[in-house]
Amino acid sequence: MQKRTKILLILIGLLPVSILLAAGVGAYQILPWKIPKILLTQADGFAVLVYVRFPRVVLAALVGAMLAISGTTLQGIFRNPLADPGLIGVTAGAGLGASLWIVLIGGGALGMWGLPVAAFACGMLVTIGVWKISESQGKVHTVTLLLAGIALNSLAGACIGLMTFLADDEQLRSLTFWLLGGFGGATWNVVLVTFPITIAGMFVLLQQASALNAISLGESEAYHLGVPTETLKRWSVFGVALTVGAAVSAAGGIGFVGLVVPHLLRLMGGADHRYVLPGSALGGAVLLILADLFSRTVVVPAELPVGVVTALIGGPFFLWLLIRFKREVFL
Amino acid sequence: MIELEEVGYQINGNWLVQDINLTIKNGMLWGFVGPNGAGKSTLLRLISGELIPTTGEIRFFGKPINNFEPKELARLRAYLQQKRDVNFPFTALEVVLFGRYPYLNGTKETGCDIAIAHKALRHVEADVFAERLYPTLSGGEASRVDVARILAQAPGLFLLDEPTNHLDPKHQVQIFNLCKTICEQGKTVITAIHDLNLASMYADQLLMLKNGVSVACGPPKSVLTQNMLTETYGVSFNILPHPDGYPCVMPNLNIL
Repeated sequence: MQKRTKILLILIGLLPVSILLAAGVGAYQILPWKIPKILLTQADGFAVLVYVRFPRVVLAALVGAMLAISGTTLQGIFRNPLADPGLIGVTAGAGLGASLWIVLIGGGALGMWGLPVAAFACGMLVTIGVWKISESQGKVHTVTLLLAGIALNSLAGACIGLMTFLADDEQLRSLTFWLLGGFGGATWNVVLVTFPITIAGMFVLLQQASALNAISLGESEAYHLGVPTETLKRWSVFGVALTVGAAVSAAGGIGFVGLVVPHLLRLMGGADHRYVLPGSALGGAVLLILADLFSRTVVVPAELPVGVVTALIGGPFFLWLLIRFKREVFL
Repeated sequence: MIELEEVGYQINGNWLVQDINLTIKNGMLWGFVGPNGAGKSTLLRLISGELIPTTGEIRFFGKPINNFEPKELARLRAYLQQKRDVNFPFTALEVVLFGRYPYLNGTKETGCDIAIAHKALRHVEADVFAERLYPTLSGGEASRVDVARILAQAPGLFLLDEPTNHLDPKHQVQIFNLCKTICEQGKTVITAIHDLNLASMYADQLLMLKNGVSVACGPPKSVLTQNMLTETYGVSFNILPHPDGYPCVMPNLNIL
């Protein structure tokens, strides 16, 4: 069997294992291997599992998958292994939407949907802005896309700063927690809205795998190989905006997943996007499930924001990768 | 057969290429020569369909190239670029397999595609580093892998932009011998080339460009003349006969 197939199969196996593990561990301990039986017989712990743990674990999996597959896609489009899913402005835009909503309208307005919808809409708007700025004569210039993304990111960041300045203490606290990210608010309703977006986004992005391979030689080489490069960019940015927008709206800003996971996959099995895209979706899901498990068990009864956990573990880990594999990855 | 009719290309008010009329028959090796900035690469990119001419039209087999689908076009012509940088750990074999992209049916290469890729690597003596990571190859090794990639693409028209850059004399000769073989199979090669002696040895036809305009066109013997070279390059040349008969050109020391 090919090495890549093996890695993908191992990840497919790890996913249910990590879901059961994360569903079992917590203030109310449930042994992971007893979970299927509890679900079938509705025995003790059924309510905890079904109403508290599972929505949270499933949401973490969806968000992790979306962030990692988006990171891989943008790294492919920008032909740079350091690209982050936030690069096209969607993360900062969603953050801006959330902060505007919390500070100017009130976090609880329109029930539980107001905040995520505002975040999602604003993330989309900023990405459309980035896209429009870099478009000329029907073509999108990739370097301009990158620069426009950076410019609008810092502009949105400044506006978020302005909102934190205007916020009162309570608003400031909810804003900070939202920006750091977490799955405390996970319910089945959130999962049900996020799930179809995840599937649609992944469907779009997985289609681009072969074309992303070709574009790693350069845009004009990809064109000469028969890749419709403008279509590729449009679908990729659309897929990334959709998935990252949904991920950030559901769970706030969670960094490093989109950067570290594709890297790990490439180190293990090479750069072919037909393997890295599905692999990073699976790996991102597993990683974020475990990071969330860590975040809610390490300082019980309190919870660390999961964005802090991913950055605390992801940052040094990423540095280690850079130092250890300097030659193999960056030449 | 490729036809260029009144082809011109303008960017920001500057004409990079102007008034090019050319008919290129199958089985010919064409060389585009001329000083830096003469428009050799621009003309190649126009013929490849990457740039759309401001004026005039380019046709493959009588059909304007803008009317081809990208993948369809990629099965007809391949393009070898001068500069390349790949930031991801693809192996040399994987890079060659990208050449099979226009033939992909679904997402996975067939055994046949892989056999074609290996054969292409052997053609340029690059099969020994098939499994090495492309970004770790030397400039010359990477060049050969790129040549293998366009061989795997199996088009009828090869557009090469300075294919012998970074190559030692043996591999330069090898690449052009390969071009000859390709032409003998009835396929066409158009190459931009700075090395006038290689052009003289191998090309059936030369197009000499200066400031985007054709200044001479024909077999090497009629193009590589003292007057023409001096006028085009702004440096005088000595023309010596090569033992095998083609003109051998050497620039003089003093620039005009």
